Amino acid sequence: MPAPDKDVIARRQEILRALQAIVPGEGVIHDEREMRAYETDALTAYRQLPLIVVLPQTVDQVSRVLKYCYDNNVKVVPRGAGTSLSGGALPLADGVLLSMMKFNQVLDVDFANRAAVVQPGVTNLGITRAVEHEGFYYAPDPSSQIACSIGGNIAENSGGVHCLKYGLTTNNVLGLEMVLINGEVVRLGGKHLDSEGYDLLALMTGSEGLLGVVTEVTVRILQKPETARALLIGFPTSEDGGRCVADIIGAGIIPGGMEMMDKLAIHAAEDFVHAGYPRDVEALLIVELDGPEGEVDLLIGRVEEIARTNQASHLRVSESEEERMTFWAGRKAAFPAVGRISPDYLCMDGTIPRRELPRVLARMRELSVKHGLAVANVFHAGDGNLHPLILYDANKPGELDAAEAFGADILKLCVEVGGVLTGEHGVGIEKRDLMSEMFTEEDLKQQQRVKCAFDEKHLLNPGKVFPVLNSCAELGKMHVHKGKLPFPDIPRF
Amino acid sequence: MDANFKPRDARQVEEAVKWAAGEDQPLEIIGQGSKRALGRPVQAARFLDLSDLSGVENYEPAELILTVKAGTPIAEVEKLVEDNGQELSFEPMDYGPLFGESSGRGTIGGVLAANLSGPRRIKAGAARDHVLGMEAVSGRGEIFNSGGKVVKNVTGYDLPRALCGSYGTLAVTTTVTVKVNPRPESSATFMLSGLSEDDGIKALCAAMGSSAEVSGAAHLPAGVNGGTSNTVLRLEGFAASVDYRFNTLQSLLRDFGSATRLDEDGSKVLWRSIRDVEPFAGSDAPVWRVSVAPTAGPQLLRILQNRMSAQAYFDWSGGLVWLSSADGEIHDADIRAAVGEVGGGHATLVRAGPSVRSNAAVFQPQPGPLAALSRRLKEQFDPKGILNPGRMVSGV
Ligand SMILES: Cc1cc2nc3c(=O)[nH]c(=O)nc-3n(C[C@H](O)[C@H](O)[C@H](O)COP(=O)(O)OP(=O)(O)OC[C@H]3O[C@@H](n4cnc5c(N)ncnc54)[C@H](O)[C@@H]3O)c2cc1C
Repeated sequence: MPAPDKDVIARRQEILRALQAIVPGEGVIHDEREMRAYETDALTAYRQLPLIVVLPQTVDQVSRVLKYCYDNNVKVVPRGAGTSLSGGALPLADGVLLSMMKFNQVLDVDFANRAAVVQPGVTNLGITRAVEHEGFYYAPDPSSQIACSIGGNIAENSGGVHCLKYGLTTNNVLGLEMVLINGEVVRLGGKHLDSEGYDLLALMTGSEGLLGVVTEVTVRILQKPETARALLIGFPTSEDGGRCVADIIGAGIIPGGMEMMDKLAIHAAEDFVHAGYPRDVEALLIVELDGPEGEVDLLIGRVEEIARTNQASHLRVSESEEERMTFWAGRKAAFPAVGRISPDYLCMDGTIPRRELPRVLARMRELSVKHGLAVANVFHAGDGNLHPLILYDANKPGELDAAEAFGADILKLCVEVGGVLTGEHGVGIEKRDLMSEMFTEEDLKQQQRVKCAFDEKHLLNPGKVFPVLNSCAELGKMHVHKGKLPFPDIPRF
Repeated sequence: MDANFKPRDARQVEEAVKWAAGEDQPLEIIGQGSKRALGRPVQAARFLDLSDLSGVENYEPAELILTVKAGTPIAEVEKLVEDNGQELSFEPMDYGPLFGESSGRGTIGGVLAANLSGPRRIKAGAARDHVLGMEAVSGRGEIFNSGGKVVKNVTGYDLPRALCGSYGTLAVTTTVTVKVNPRPESSATFMLSGLSEDDGIKALCAAMGSSAEVSGAAHLPAGVNGGTSNTVLRLEGFAASVDYRFNTLQSLLRDFGSATRLDEDGSKVLWRSIRDVEPFAGSDAPVWRVSVAPTAGPQLLRILQNRMSAQAYFDWSGGLVWLSSADGEIHDADIRAAVGEVGGGHATLVRAGPSVRSNAAVFQPQPGPLAALSRRLKEQFDPKGILNPGRMVSGV
């Protein structure tokens, strides 16, 4: 992380008074004990007390807080529910932590236009709760949906089991209001489709709190599918499982969810929730088909056939809603289940082309031996998004370092086979130093130029995402080659 | 000086842009130029013609991924994926008919640069929603990659999506990776006749809010469509599922009248004509493309009919209003005021002569802070303003 600015820390009292004048009463937290609640997000290996915590309640307050920080060169870290797994909301010793959790109102539900307007602190599940009485729901469903905020979902472009069929956050957001670091309020999109001018909504989604603070969100809501049924399919090898996934998609079937677990994860989950998973398989696949009843029944039959031709050794189809939930119970509890068999674990997140799955699993087994740590695999099989859980014990000297080295090797492997560093958890501080595995210096420069257009002083969430913070003045210089023209080798007409 | 460039690879694009930046020589970027009549005329004396930057780099149907050079004709891309039982789900519209040119022209780079999506936009998303990665050359003459070649990725800012709809004013795209999807086995259209605009849109919104998975929802008023209005809903998927959902719609929309069914072929013709704005082809009357909240569509038309002689039809469940002005005037002030009155959205002037388009705000004007932010983005990527200057905003 960038070294804290001693001058800003020395001005703490002055900054505190200024913020208290903007956000009255309990909206400013400066007591060390109370600030402890904010010192980490879900990447708990990293902790840092913020300079001051501010919980604004109105857009005007957000605007004035940011403008003050901008004018006085104070850094700001936006925070939602603090469930980031990549350290996206890790505070700075010389920065204000801006919690958006008092923005917790559903402002407008518009069924005719299939849109809901909510404040950023509303939880992901809270949106579905507000619309489910009419049979609607909000599709992107991160496992953390009961806790995480829609503002955080936008910042991380979060996804979940449903994303294979229904898209990520970026495909389900229609508009937003945000405040720029200089205090200006900007609205993008709305209940209409697509943008006027540059698609800044695309840049904001997944920007990890580096470009602006989201103060209002318009999302698309969908009618719940008529029905959903699931298949539980076990395979003697992960290759068979991988081929089955490819064949399902090859048959033109896009399931509502398609999740896979490896042996270690299956056993941990089964010991924990007794979902009835087979123990004698190497890979377990859960395929959920959702949609009109007539279609789901038809496709269940097709998927069964595909599973059989791929050597499935275990196959069950849910016959009731209760049974379907049981199939999912183990998968949904996979992380805590692994937590029971190991004092600590590191949850990685990378995406690979699906065809590389068997090769990547084999390499992971080798890496597991090399680093002396076990790994359990749970993944979104339909889109190749892996979540290797690296088991370690933080109390044993050196194990955290070994786990991190193992994690880095896995992510490098993902990039090596044509994939990416993160499918849904974000770069944050966790994968920041690996960015150069995937991008060249020139690639990263262009990304930082986006940052410069929004926040040329690097005051919003600095230290996240980018390994090197180039100054915008340096990035702005142009090294132009005065041409002689004519590049004889470029065809002309 | 002979200086219209026709590069064959990304390196040559980079060299040409570097030269242009060094010499302050603005470039007009052309795929096949099929959409040159769209947007503001570019203030540049030289062309960067990408039509030789063509060909498939990698197509993996099982991974649902296609990587092609940006100058590849869109017709070739569509044929290739169709031959593999797949489709570009955003169903790019074809401006040929509306501009009085031939159909099927244009490149994939041009389609993405203009973010062209068709009726399936309401279910499958816009062109930008199907873009996964890009290689491009900025106005600084720097070649860069962004995004990736897998369907799920949040590594770094989503520049590929942001370059969609930027009309080549930020960077020249040289290679794109898009997501493809299985092509539906079957399709049919559910059609109600004789409904008023309000009832038509009500029926569309009810269907969109149902579990029938509608992939096209349009209302064609009587004046545009001959003697009677048609309210049409498209269903696509496995044949049994299409039949099942047809029945769902029938019971859901019983109160709006009894429906007729257009099967595969009829349905295809109908949606192509809705997609390509064929009702307004074959004339020079100014045409606007207006995006508002679906229920605001009829209200917008009512307001406008008091101020001008407007003809219109509705796609996207009412939210996409194709509007034609009968008296030859563009009525930009009236239209933009009406968009504001019905709750906001955006209006783009898509058909008008070049001198009209030079003098009007073709794209929706933006409020001050948003315009300033957009300008800062342009300055970061193209500080010398050499890429398609003036195409979106006068002087930028
Ligand atoms: C058990 C568990 C399971 C998870 N499962 C998934 C999963 O399946 N899929 C998935 O995608 N993620 C998952 N996550 C990760 C996490 O829940 C998501 O990234 C979530 O979107 C973070 O939301 P948050 O409100 O907690 O944001 P925070 O953690 O508070 O912040 C995350 C980032 O968002 C920024 N931010 C927050 N609010 C705003 C705002 N209003 N304006 C601008 N920037 C803002 C912050 O600066 C930070 O960079 C999981 C996490 C846990 C703990």
